[in-house]
Amino acid sequence: MRDVAIIGVKNTNFGEQWDRSFRDVVVEAGVGAVEDAGVVGEKIDSMFVGNMSGGQFVEQEHIGALIADYSGLAKDMHVPSTRVEAACASGGLALRQGIYAVASGIDDIVIAAGAEKMTDVPSPKASSALAAAADREWEGIMGATFPGLYAMIARLHMHKYGTKSEQLAEVAVKNHHNGQFNPIAQYKSPLTVDSVLGSIMVADPLHIFDCSPITDGASAVVLAPADIAHEYTDTPIYVKATAQASDTIALHDRRDITTLDASVAAGKRAYEMAKMEPKDIDLVEVHDCFTIAEICAIEDLGFSKKGEGGIVSMNGETAIGGRIPVNTSGGLKSCGHPVGATGVKQAVEIVEQLRGESGKRQVDGAEIGMTHNVGGSGATAVVHILSRDR
Amino acid sequence: MSVGIISYGAYVPKYRIKIEDIARVWGDDADILKSGLMVNEKAVPDVDEDAATIAVEAARAAVSRSGIDAQRIGAVYTGSESHPYAVKPTSTIVAEATGTTPVLTAADFEFACKAGTAAVQACMGLVSSGMIDLGMAIGADVSQGAPGDALEYTAAAGGVAYIIGNKESELVAVIEDTYSFTTDTPDFWRREGMPYPEHGGRFTGEPGYFKHVTGAAKGLMDKLGTKPEDYDYAVFHQPNGKFPVRVSKKLGFSREQIEPGLVVPRLGNTYSGSCMMGIAATLDQAKPGDRIFATAFGSGAGGDAFSITVTDRIEEIRNNAATVEELLANPIYIDYARYAKHKGKIKVA
Amino acid sequence: MSVPRFWRKQIARYNLVGTRCKKCNEYFYPPRNMCPGCRREGEIEDFKFTGKGEVITFTVIHTAAEGFENQTPYVLGIIKLNEGPSLTSQIICEPEEVKIGMKVKPVFRKLGQAGERGMIYYGTKFVPDLC
Repeated sequence: MRDVAIIGVKNTNFGEQWDRSFRDVVVEAGVGAVEDAGVVGEKIDSMFVGNMSGGQFVEQEHIGALIADYSGLAKDMHVPSTRVEAACASGGLALRQGIYAVASGIDDIVIAAGAEKMTDVPSPKASSALAAAADREWEGIMGATFPGLYAMIARLHMHKYGTKSEQLAEVAVKNHHNGQFNPIAQYKSPLTVDSVLGSIMVADPLHIFDCSPITDGASAVVLAPADIAHEYTDTPIYVKATAQASDTIALHDRRDITTLDASVAAGKRAYEMAKMEPKDIDLVEVHDCFTIAEICAIEDLGFSKKGEGGIVSMNGETAIGGRIPVNTSGGLKSCGHPVGATGVKQAVEIVEQLRGESGKRQVDGAEIGMTHNVGGSGATAVVHILSRDR
Repeated sequence: MSVGIISYGAYVPKYRIKIEDIARVWGDDADILKSGLMVNEKAVPDVDEDAATIAVEAARAAVSRSGIDAQRIGAVYTGSESHPYAVKPTSTIVAEATGTTPVLTAADFEFACKAGTAAVQACMGLVSSGMIDLGMAIGADVSQGAPGDALEYTAAAGGVAYIIGNKESELVAVIEDTYSFTTDTPDFWRREGMPYPEHGGRFTGEPGYFKHVTGAAKGLMDKLGTKPEDYDYAVFHQPNGKFPVRVSKKLGFSREQIEPGLVVPRLGNTYSGSCMMGIAATLDQAKPGDRIFATAFGSGAGGDAFSITVTDRIEEIRNNAATVEELLANPIYIDYARYAKHKGKIKVA
Repeated sequence: MSVPRFWRKQIARYNLVGTRCKKCNEYFYPPRNMCPGCRREGEIEDFKFTGKGEVITFTVIHTAAEGFENQTPYVLGIIKLNEGPSLTSQIICEPEEVKIGMKVKPVFRKLGQAGERGMIYYGTKFVPDLC
């Protein structure tokens, strides 16, 4: 198996992009990443695209071919292009498939991208599309929504561990603080704990400001064998671990509703593969689709004891400059959550941080970063560890 | 061989609206309405309740009260004027949800407020003829009253199920006989596709309710050679409190005889469930040997009269399911806005 | 949800019929046709649950799922049945009434409908069990 490096990255702007289509955003990300890598199209061996629900958001399936076509890689070059789906973890999984392709020795230059165009349907329709990531027959039919499922995680976390609404709010405040320094972020306005707690209730105890938004956006990275990465860039970022784990599709079937066992398992596999521990990680992008999800992720990935994610968030340990900066990009909460793109966007953020290109949100001396991407209420988790050193 | 009731079950939603709250919306005088109608409040279904869910709850209560094997039930007939489907039986839903499928006959009945007692009569016939072992007859409604219409003060939600059989050891009440009086009298109707019924105002009184209740009641007593004083209890259809009180007096029954079964002041008119609810409330307190006289009325119009004698077995099964009194106790009062939401009068999405 | 898709599991939804693995005595609701513990060695049979259970966690939903707009606020919970398995259901009570650990029992209710013209879906929800 070959070592793999990321040699080029690109995020489009995240937000409500009324004047741009699905294919517009995804081509911008792909072209941007290729330009960043200094690769010519003829070198591209394959593409993997994370996309949760083109069928429901833009009534378009066969996303792989569409993207190859509009990137100019289909008609003459016939570059293979594969769509990857694992709900909100589609992007993370596309990256993982790209890594497989390069590591196996079959492909050299591979694009791993993710994209979602969510605002072409009204919000209720978008929520309904997202709800398909849960168990439609046994959760959705009873009136479960995604905020509702995570609210039930939050309720039990509060009950078991004494986690408070203020601690959840602090996650949103921190992520909005980081987001204002990220040029692509959907929301660049700071929040206060009071404004989060004073926002309307979506699913008790989660307020609207505990929830990530509906977003259009795309992200892409270019992968290459580590051995030739320096032909393209002075600062290749190496993939030290790629890990994935599954759990029950329905929240009610979990061993412990307050723990995403898939995150725990994927995290463990990643640490083992990289021969690292949580303390070796300088920063992490976690899947904060809701504020409670960041608190669970901190615990499940080993950055705090179980039940102390809220405390760690409250006392600033996860802020830039803290013990373990979490979601320097602003996270899903502030940067936005185009579901298929998110897992790739997290990798772009870590690469930029490790290259030292993150401006006001730069984590000083960042050497090793982690990404954590979740599908559904925790049925899929994908974790990557990236490093400046091979 | 005698035929009768081997079990019964009732269901009333937990929500109520007071007459005052409806009167406030339409600028009516609540005190006059309350004393005129003899109704103080009415039962309101939850947002996710309809005649089918109410029928199922009543039917399940009837099955569990007697402890019978539901597979013995060979007929399920649900009477309602608010069946959730115009075409597609409520009774198949009830049969499936009570575990009586698949070997049974089932159909929905409609005869305004007496569809449930018509179903009782059909079950009596099938049981007596030996065609079936047990039959289940249900009256259940989420009655409709147009906003602002007089009916809105009384149209309520509730349901009752009776299991009819003929095994002596199982009967809690013998139905000695039944007698019906029917003519074509258009005092109340709802056309296909229309959300609310129309009615003939005062025309529903004399030519409708009183003529048919009296016709059926007198007919049955003449046939049996009984008199009002032979009965311990009497129940008449209760579209309001006034009508059953007046008709009982006219027939020679006392206020004491009708009082235990007069549930309308706290419940409203549960249409197909109305007279059947009164019988259930009476069975809840009757002693072995007590006799009950009951007459249901359905607009359109007809009366079904029943002469019933309670057996010793009533004491054995009575407490195995909620009594009508328990169902009426501790309601949650809602205002008109929430009532409108529950009844789907506010259109969402 | 399409008519056949609903109808296929109708008995499970109406009467809380799930499954049980005879081999390991584990109970499943929603029903599973393969025991996740015993896999190919498992022996699955139907099992009717009593419906008695308790609330493990809950939320009060203010922004409804599509088709549930007329019900807000509604209580959604995860209920652990006495026989072991957990399920997701609406809990019919006032939002102030629901608590973790609250005992519940089943009721028959409308789950939803396919618009004004389509099928009405019925099934089991839960209410506080005060007895």
